[in-house]
Amino acid sequence: MSERNLPFIQVKDLSSYYGDREVLRKINLTINAGEILVIMGGSGSGKSTLLKNMLGLMTPVKGEIRFNELNMCQANKKELFKLRRSMGVAFQGGALLSSLSVGDNIKLPLRQHTNLDENTISIMTRLKLELMNLAGFEDLMPSELSGGMLKRAGLARAVIMDPKILFFDEPSAGLDPVTSVELDELILKLRKAMNMTIVVVTHELESAFTIADRIAVLFDGELVITGTVDEIKNCTDERVTNLINRTPREVQIDGEKYLKRLTEGAA
Amino acid sequence: MSFDCSEHLHYKVLHLTGEVDLSNSSEVRKCLLDILNAGQSVIVDFSELDYIDSSGMATLVEGLNVANKNNLQLMITATNGAPKQVLELTRLDQVFTLVNSIDEIKE
Repeated sequence: MSERNLPFIQVKDLSSYYGDREVLRKINLTINAGEILVIMGGSGSGKSTLLKNMLGLMTPVKGEIRFNELNMCQANKKELFKLRRSMGVAFQGGALLSSLSVGDNIKLPLRQHTNLDENTISIMTRLKLELMNLAGFEDLMPSELSGGMLKRAGLARAVIMDPKILFFDEPSAGLDPVTSVELDELILKLRKAMNMTIVVVTHELESAFTIADRIAVLFDGELVITGTVDEIKNCTDERVTNLINRTPREVQIDGEKYLKRLTEGAA
Repeated sequence: MSFDCSEHLHYKVLHLTGEVDLSNSSEVRKCLLDILNAGQSVIVDFSELDYIDSSGMATLVEGLNVANKNNLQLMITATNGAPKQVLELTRLDQVFTLVNSIDEIKE
C-alpha cells in the first residue's frame, strides 16, 4: 500500500527513569507504516521500557511519542482510547485470564469494545484460532495449554480487532525452534495480508533477522543503531558485534565505586 | 464504506465499496441476512472493495452458512488486492465460490 514508508510512530528524544536511574537516554526512532521493526538488545538494555512507553504504560520523563499527528503524552482520554483501540499487544507469556476459556479470552476485546453480534464474534474468534493453528482449543482453559500455545492464543487475542499496530514482546522466548519459526511466519503473514505495522521486542537473533524490515539495537539505554538486517550484520560497533556474536559483556570495575557499593549499598 | 444492491439473473448482487470493518460490518450483516432470509441467492461484489477485516469476513462466513442451509448460493466476485490476501490468509478462498466477474455467472 502507498502508506508504506510514511512515518507512523515517532519517538523523539525519549528519556525514561526508574527512580533516579536513567534507563533510556534520548531515544530517537521512527517506525514506518506497514513495516516490521524489531527492537533488540541484551537484558537490561531498555527494550521493555521502550515498549512500555510506546504502549502508554509509562509516561516519558523527557521527550515525546507520536502516532501519526497525535502526541501520546498530550492526548486526552478520548484520543488515547481511540489510539489504544488501534493497537494490539501480545505479551511475553500470553497474559490470558486464567479464569476464562481460551475462546472467551480472545472474545473479550470484541465484547468490551464493539456491538457485534455474538455469532460474528464467535466466527471471528474461530478464524483467528485457525490462523494460529489452535482450532479446537476454544473451550480449553489457559492452564491446559503449552507455552507455545499460550503465546499463540495471546497473539490471537492481540489481533482479534485487526489492529493497525501490533506490539509483540519476545515472541520466540521459551519456544522450541520449530514453533519459533512458525510464529515468525505468522508475523510475516499478518503484515502482508493486513498491512499491520508490527513492533517486535526480542533478543532472538534468528527471529529478528527473519522478520525485520529494520532493527533497532539498544545497549544500556542508548539506541546504538537502526538499520536493515544487512546494515546491522555489517555494523562494526563493538556493542552490536558483541550482540550478534553472542560475546559476553566484559564488566569494567571501578575499584573505588565497587568498594563503596559493597560497604554502603547501591548508589 | 457504502453498499448497494442490484440484480443479476436470479441473484441479488451486493456491491461493497471502500472499507468494511468493525464500525460498519453489522450493516453489511443485516443486509446480507435479509437477502438470504428472503430466499434469494447472493453475489458479493468485491470490485470496489479496498479492505475487509475479520468482522466482514465473519459476516460472509455466517451468510454462506445460512445460504447452504437454505439451498441458496453465495458467491464472491472480483477479489483482488488486500481483500484477496485476507481471503487467502484465512484460507477462506477454499471455502467460498470465487468468480472473476459477474458476467461469468450464468443461470
